Amino acid sequence: MSALSVNHLLGIKYLNKQDINLIFETADHFKEVINRPIKKVPSLRDITIANLFFENSTRTKLSFELAEKRLSADVINFSASQSSVKKGETLIDTVNNILSMKVDMVVMRHPNPGAGVFLSKHVNASIINAGDGAHEHPTQALLDSYSIRERLGEVNGKNVVIVGDILHSRVALSNIFALQLQGANVMVCGPKTLIPKYINKLGVKVETNLRDALNWCDVANMLRVQNERMDVSYFPTTREYTQQFGVDTTLLDSLDKEITIMHPGPINRGVEITSDVADSKQAIILDQVQNGVAIRMAVIYLLASKIKQ
Amino acid sequence: MSQKVLLNAKAINIILHRLACQLIEKHNDFTDTVLIGIQPRGKYLANRLVALLEQDYKIKNVQLGHLDITFYRDDFRRSDKPLEAKSTEMDCVVENKNVVFIDDVLYTGRSIRAALTAIQSFGRPKEIELLTLIDRRFSRHLPIQPDYRGRQVDAINEEKVIVNWTENDGEDSVYLINN
Repeated sequence: MSALSVNHLLGIKYLNKQDINLIFETADHFKEVINRPIKKVPSLRDITIANLFFENSTRTKLSFELAEKRLSADVINFSASQSSVKKGETLIDTVNNILSMKVDMVVMRHPNPGAGVFLSKHVNASIINAGDGAHEHPTQALLDSYSIRERLGEVNGKNVVIVGDILHSRVALSNIFALQLQGANVMVCGPKTLIPKYINKLGVKVETNLRDALNWCDVANMLRVQNERMDVSYFPTTREYTQQFGVDTTLLDSLDKEITIMHPGPINRGVEITSDVADSKQAIILDQVQNGVAIRMAVIYLLASKIKQ
Repeated sequence: MSQKVLLNAKAINIILHRLACQLIEKHNDFTDTVLIGIQPRGKYLANRLVALLEQDYKIKNVQLGHLDITFYRDDFRRSDKPLEAKSTEMDCVVENKNVVFIDDVLYTGRSIRAALTAIQSFGRPKEIELLTLIDRRFSRHLPIQPDYRGRQVDAINEEKVIVNWTENDGEDSVYLINN
């Protein structure tokens, strides 16, 4: 078996197609493992992993922690709100202090883009980026592609539209890289104010009419409007946003074909998608969550196998 | 490099019949028995034995599973290459059953140790036995011995025993290879 081409998972843009295939094949095995009566394997019993969350997270943190525990790794958790970061400690000092307690791998979420790349150059541990600002969120993109592959058979040749707040979304950027690497066609759709100016340089289509976008696509990935990252107003009202970019069953039923609905969570029910869409058969939102554990197990397992004893 | 034929197709066929008969002697109609082929190479032997039991000895519904032990091995991060996982197909219940592990070569015993841990994820078998085609008897690292053995082989550590199956390698044969 080939190994990953990288020692850290900092972003999809550092991966190649073989890496993604390897991660998916390994995730297939872990998906079988987590459906067993005993959902745990002893592979990583000699590995310690620190989850450093400098920004709030519920599902990503839980998903990583579960993945680590299902691989039998020792886990320590750290969140910035309860730490010495508040007392003025630098990122490298914080991490080096944790690493001196013999930690092998760091899973980090940080509000600053590039924090993972920076850290990987200065500390001696394997780094997994669990989201850095509006830059990348590689494991989310991997589990999204994995879920598309599971639902539609393959990613190659599929039309995928990412709808909503592209400007503030690390999920969007990682998804664009991951989908293009696997041969999918990508479109972004949202209010002009929430679409980055030079996004077409990445080779994606841009559409501001949701109905046209949905008629084109096989899969729609609905992003959340990230109010917490908006310092100014990007659209007049939430109600107006919903009217133009919200998906409801009436809209879905009026399309030519049945499309698959994805959402990275957390959902603002009634804003980007209505409750009945979120709970419909077309939505694979909960499959994404389950696949998230398998994908993260695969990533951790493959990176851990590169750590020298 | 020199190689020597340890078993040819005819000899393997005779051994498979003997092993099938030994299994029948112990397990009768196989109602409480589950045969488990250890991935990657044990599954060929397991499939052969099940086919033999069903066709030649008219035993119906032999329960068969394939168990991958990659994530339970004790040499993770000790080998240069990452360990490659294979699929696990366990559509049968092992709880309170007589389980027979089936593998082609018993060498250090470490794979079987991993399999003993792995099977616990699926339940608590009543009893576990081990069947191997080739038993390299002087190479064990662990106190594990087969209950059913095809052929005992005395080989030194530098030598390799290769088992070929028609469905995968084009012929039924066992070679002893000296590098």
